[in-house]
Amino acid sequence: MRVALHLFASYADALGTRSLDVSLPDNAIVRDALEYVRALPGAQSLPPQPLVAVNAEYAPLDRPLKQGDEVALIPPVAGG
Amino acid sequence: MIHVALVREPIDITRLIGRVASHQIGAIAAFLGTVRDVNEGRPVTGIEYSAYEEMAERELLAIAGEASRHSDVPCAVAIEHRLGELSLGDVSVAIVVSHPHRAAALHGCQYVIEELKVRVPIWKREHYADGTRAWVDNRGTHVTSEVIG
Repeated sequence: MRVALHLFASYADALGTRSLDVSLPDNAIVRDALEYVRALPGAQSLPPQPLVAVNAEYAPLDRPLKQGDEVALIPPVAGG
Repeated sequence: MIHVALVREPIDITRLIGRVASHQIGAIAAFLGTVRDVNEGRPVTGIEYSAYEEMAERELLAIAGEASRHSDVPCAVAIEHRLGELSLGDVSVAIVVSHPHRAAALHGCQYVIEELKVRVPIWKREHYADGTRAWVDNRGTHVTSEVIG
């Protein structure tokens, strides 16, 4: 399946991009998307377990993904 | 009444208050967050805010709904957060909550800002007097820093 991966703020700077089109196995879960990101150049500075959102909602690591999902890595938030 | 928005222009507080005003309420509580000139001892010259906008709006709506339901009579809640480049003293966030009685209005206002600071995907990069800048999280930690070339 293909999913869209979104990066923001410090994570986007670390990986040098704001979005990626990623190919994952059909039974992939959030953890697999995270592993994909971890293998990219620049990902060393990411925390061990960054927050993840799927389709604009916080999601656990074991959440199944489906074709076309929007997966976002959420850096520590700083609103206010 | 619930209103949330991410905005790129200065927040019109009077207009926001107008959104929650009615003859049924007896109290309006407001919170404004502003850009401070120092953080963790470092002189700050400005802050740049960005967001995962679709998700930030959803989270703000959820928080406003929760705040509204805290008392027997629902509060009216209006929240606006600035994005983009802000200068010292600029209002970065405005929260206005109204209710027939003050305790619920004040409580609602505090609930919104505390939840906003931990849940809403908004980020800030501080610019410092020495020409450097850094992403900062809400614990005051410098996530990364860089020198502007």
